[in-house]
Amino acid sequence: MAKVWIDSETSIEVEAADGVNAVSLTVDDKEIIVSAGQTILEAVQRVDGIGNIPALCNHPAVKPYGACRICTVEVSEDGGSKFKFVASCLYPVKNGLIVKTNTEKIRKLRKGIIELMLARSPNVKRIQELAEEYGVEEPRFVLGDQDCILCGLCVRACQEIMGKSAISLVNRGIYREVAAPFYAYELTEECIGCGDCAFVCPTGAIKMGDDGRPILPKVKIPYGEIEALMKKEATSPS
Amino acid sequence: MVEQVRKLLEKRVESVAELEKLRQSILDKKDSSRICISVCGGTACRASGSEAVVEAFVDEIERRELQVQVEMKETGCHGFCERGPLVVIEPKKIFYQQVKPEDVAEIIAETVMGGKVIERLLYVDPASGEKITYESDVPFYKRQTRTIFGANGEIDPTNIEDYIASGGYSALSKVLTGMKPQEVVDEIKKSGLRGRGGGGFPTGRKWQSCLDAKADIKYTICNADEGDPGAYQDRSLLEGNPHSVLEGMIIGAFTIGSHQGYIYVRNEYPLAVEHARIAIEQATDYGLLGENILGSGFDLKVTINKGGGAFVCGESSALMASLEGKIGEPKAKYVHMSEKGLWDSPSLLNNVKTWANISLIINKGADWFSKIGTTGSKGTMIFSLVGNINNTGLVEVPMGITLREMIFDIGGGIPNGKKFKAVQTGGPSGGCIPEQFLDTPVDFDELTKLGSMMGSGGMIVMDEDTCMVDVAKYFVEFLKGESCGKCTPCREGINRMSEILSRITQGKGKREDLDTLEDLAGILSAGALCALGQTAANPVMSTLRYFRDEYLAHIEQKKCPAGVCRELIRYSIDPDKCEGCLRCLRACPTGAITGEKREPHILNQGLCIKCGACYDVCKFNAVIRQ
Amino acid sequence: MDLNLDFPKVKAIVESSTEKVDSLIDSYAGNKEQLISLLQDIQAEFNYLPQDVLVKVSQKLDIPLSQVFSVVTFFRAFTLQPRGRHLVTVCLGTACHVKGGSRLVEKMERDYGIKPGGTTEDMRFSLETVNCLGCCALGPVVVVDGKYESKINPDKLDRVLRGYK
Repeated sequence: MAKVWIDSETSIEVEAADGVNAVSLTVDDKEIIVSAGQTILEAVQRVDGIGNIPALCNHPAVKPYGACRICTVEVSEDGGSKFKFVASCLYPVKNGLIVKTNTEKIRKLRKGIIELMLARSPNVKRIQELAEEYGVEEPRFVLGDQDCILCGLCVRACQEIMGKSAISLVNRGIYREVAAPFYAYELTEECIGCGDCAFVCPTGAIKMGDDGRPILPKVKIPYGEIEALMKKEATSPS
Repeated sequence: MVEQVRKLLEKRVESVAELEKLRQSILDKKDSSRICISVCGGTACRASGSEAVVEAFVDEIERRELQVQVEMKETGCHGFCERGPLVVIEPKKIFYQQVKPEDVAEIIAETVMGGKVIERLLYVDPASGEKITYESDVPFYKRQTRTIFGANGEIDPTNIEDYIASGGYSALSKVLTGMKPQEVVDEIKKSGLRGRGGGGFPTGRKWQSCLDAKADIKYTICNADEGDPGAYQDRSLLEGNPHSVLEGMIIGAFTIGSHQGYIYVRNEYPLAVEHARIAIEQATDYGLLGENILGSGFDLKVTINKGGGAFVCGESSALMASLEGKIGEPKAKYVHMSEKGLWDSPSLLNNVKTWANISLIINKGADWFSKIGTTGSKGTMIFSLVGNINNTGLVEVPMGITLREMIFDIGGGIPNGKKFKAVQTGGPSGGCIPEQFLDTPVDFDELTKLGSMMGSGGMIVMDEDTCMVDVAKYFVEFLKGESCGKCTPCREGINRMSEILSRITQGKGKREDLDTLEDLAGILSAGALCALGQTAANPVMSTLRYFRDEYLAHIEQKKCPAGVCRELIRYSIDPDKCEGCLRCLRACPTGAITGEKREPHILNQGLCIKCGACYDVCKFNAVIRQ
Repeated sequence: MDLNLDFPKVKAIVESSTEKVDSLIDSYAGNKEQLISLLQDIQAEFNYLPQDVLVKVSQKLDIPLSQVFSVVTFFRAFTLQPRGRHLVTVCLGTACHVKGGSRLVEKMERDYGIKPGGTTEDMRFSLETVNCLGCCALGPVVVVDGKYESKINPDKLDRVLRGYK
C-alpha cells in the first residue's frame, strides 16, 4: 500500500500499482512513505509533522531551479555512513534514503547563505525574516542594494506558465540580471502584461508599470565596486 | 568531377582487410632512405615563428630539387615549448632548437646532406653545460614516458595516412570485428583508466552506465573546452594527433550504441578546430567515420562545436546546455549525464586525453596499461609544466612520478637561480603545494590529500618572487569572471572572497578576514551547485594552509614579503648603481622620476603608482623593489 | 576583409548586406541548437553582432529573442558593440600572470583609456583578455590582429602597438 498525498493535509492509501510506486524514506528520523517521482522538498512539504525546509527560488507552479541553495539538506544513500549535501528541491525521493533537514552543518550553511543574501539585498523583507530566524545580524560584507535575488521565478513563470519568452536572465556572474531582450519590450510581442512575473516574485523587486509592462530591477554596480567608485569620486580633484 | 569522385571512392576502405591493405601500401610506398625533417607546428612554436621556418624548408628543398631524397613534415606540438621552433631530423632524431628561417639552408646542406651536426642549434643542458645531439638524450624528454604524446612528433595531423601508417585505426578494427560492447567496457574497467579532465571518475564505470541506459538515441562527446589557465595539453593533442581522439570516440560510440558525436572545442583554439575538422573530413572520406564504418554497419557522425568563451562550459552539464543552443548554466547532476545528458538522452562525455588513451588500451591490453602508474591511478598523464621553470612545455609521465622529479629533473629547475616556492596543480579548482611535499607521487588521490587535485594536468611552478596571497586573489578573480551566476554561494561567495583578498593585498586586511574566508569556503563546498563553485575556495584554502604567515604579514605588518602587492611595495633608485641613462625617467607614466643625464635619478614616492615600468627598463639593476 | 569600422559605415554595410545575412541564417535552418556557431559566423562577418541581425536570427530560426540575447550576453566571445580596427588580446593565464601579464592590461587602461571589452574612442584598438592561449613558455603573450607577440612588457607593448594605425 502507498500513501499518496493530495495536498499538505489530505492523503489516501492506494494499492501500489503501475505508475504509483511507493517509496519509503527517512526524514529527520521519521519514516515516511510517499509516491515516487517527487523531490524531497515536495515530499517534506506534503507530509505533516516533518519540519519545514526554507526555499526561495521554488514555487509549486513552476519547475524547480536549484539556484538559491537554501533548501540544501544532507542525504545518505548507503544507510547512514556517508552523507552529502544536495538541493532538496531537485533531489528525487528514493527507497531507503536518509534525509536530515536541520543538522548543525545545515543550519550553518543556511546561515552563511542568508548572510550573503542579506549583504546583497538588505532591504528585502523575506531575507530579513530569514536572517532573524537563523540568527544573522550584521553581514560581514559591504552592503549592496539589490532587491532581486536572482531566483529566476519570473523568467520561469513567463516561460512555463504563460508559454512566453518575454524576459530572460542575461549576463553572467555578479552582473546577472533579469531583462527583456535588449532591455526593450517593443522588439518582440512576447510580453502581454499578464503580471505573472511580478506576482511570483518573492521579494517584490518587480513592479508593474503604468504601461502594463513589468519594471525589472536593473542590477546596480556590484557592491565592492560601489565602494571603490565612491572612493574614486571622493579623492579625484574636482 | 568524376575523377574527384573516383579518387574519393578509391580511398574509401570497406572492411578491416582493406584497411590493412591500405596500411601496407602506405608503408610500402615509404622510401626508407628518404630523410625526414619534422618541424613542430604547434601553436606555441608558431608564435615563435615556426611557419617561416616551414616555408624556408619548402623553398630550400625545392630550390635544391631534393624532393625525392628529403621529406619535410609539419607536425603537431613536440612538447618542449620553451625551446621552439623545434626541428628534428630523422633517422637518428638530431634535435635542433630555436631554429630561425636563416638556419634552414645550412641545416639542409650540413646536416641533411652532409650528415654533420650544427653545434649552435643544439640544446645545451644547463646542469652539465653539455651540448645534446639526439632528442632521446635531452633530459626533458629522457625521463618522460611518451606513449601518447610521442606520436605528435611523427605525424602530420593533416594527413590521415600518417596516422594509418603508424598503426592508427587498428584498435577500431579490433573492436568492430571481434569485441562485444560489454567486452570493451570490461577492458576499460580492467585498465583502471580514470577521467583525465579533472574529475578522475573511473572511465569504465561511466561507459558501463551509458551502455546500460535504455534509449534509442545516445550521444558521444569530447570535452575539449580546456579552460584551466596554464594547461594546453588538450589543445596540443587535438592539434597534433586528432585521429587518436577520433578513434577513441568511435570506439566509445560503438560501445554504447551512439550515432552522433560532438567535439566541443574552446573558441580560442583555432588550429585545433581546423585540424579536428580536417581529421573528420578525411576519416569520413576513408570510410573510417560516417556510414557503415569499415563495413561493420555502424554509423557515426561527428560534429565540431566551438565554445563561446566561458570556462564554466568545461563542466559537463553546462557544456551540454551550450550544445543545445542555451547559455552555459550547469544543472544539478542528481541523475547522471550518462543517463540523462544532452537533450535528456544518455551521453558519454570524456576529456580529450581520456579519449586518446582508449585505442592504446584496446591495442596493448588493459594488463599492459595497468602496469603503468600507481594502484589508484593507472597509465600516464600529460601535464603542462609552466611558470617559473626552465623547461616549459608538455610532459607525459607515468602516474606516481614525484613532483621533485617532474620539476627538477624534467623541468630543469627554477631559472635565474631563484628558489622553488610552490607548485599549483589542478587549475582554479586545485591548490598550491609547497616545498615540503615535493617528494609526493603525482596521483589523483595523493594530490587531493594535500588539498589540491590533479585536475586537467596544469602544473604551474612558482618561485620565491611569487606572492601566494596574490596567487589566491588571481584565481578568485578568474572564477569571479567565469561564474555563471546562477547559485547564491558561488555568485555571492566568490565575489566576497575577491573583495576580502583585494583588501588584504592592499594592506587593508583584518584578522577576522581569515575566519570569514574559511566560512565562505565552507558555504561554497557544501552549497554551490556545480564543481566550479564547490572547488572555488581551494586556491584560497590551500595557500592559507601552507602560507598562512604570508597572509598574516599582509594583514598585520602591511607588508608583501614577495614584493608583489602593489600598495605594499616601494620602488626606489639606488644612487650607487644608477648610471643616469634617463631610461626610467622616460618610462615613468606619472613623471615621478626626475634627474639629469649621468646624474643619479630620484624617484618621488608621492607620484609613484608602483607600475614597475622603471624596474623593467633599468639595465643596471639600480631600481630596488622592496 | 577590410572593414573600416566607423559606426555609420558599419550600419550601411549591414543594411546593404541583407542578402548575405539572409543566406547565412538560412544555412542554419532546422538547426537552431547551433545558435552559438551561427552567432560566431555573424560576428566573424561584421566584427560584432548588430542588433537587427540578431532580431532576424530570432525570427527566421524561431528562437525566442530573449534566448538569443541571453546567449549573446553570457558568452565572452560575443560583443554587441562595434570593435576597433585592431584587436589586442592580452593573455591572463596563470603562467603569463606570474610573469607580469596583468600589468599590460593596466597599461592599456592607463595609456589607451580602455578596459577589457572596451574600444578606444578613435576606434583604433579594442582590448580583450583571454585565459591562456597555451603559449606559456613565451609569456607574457599578447595577440594583435591574430599575430602573437611574446615576452611582452609594458614598454615593448607600446612599440608593438605603434605599428598599428
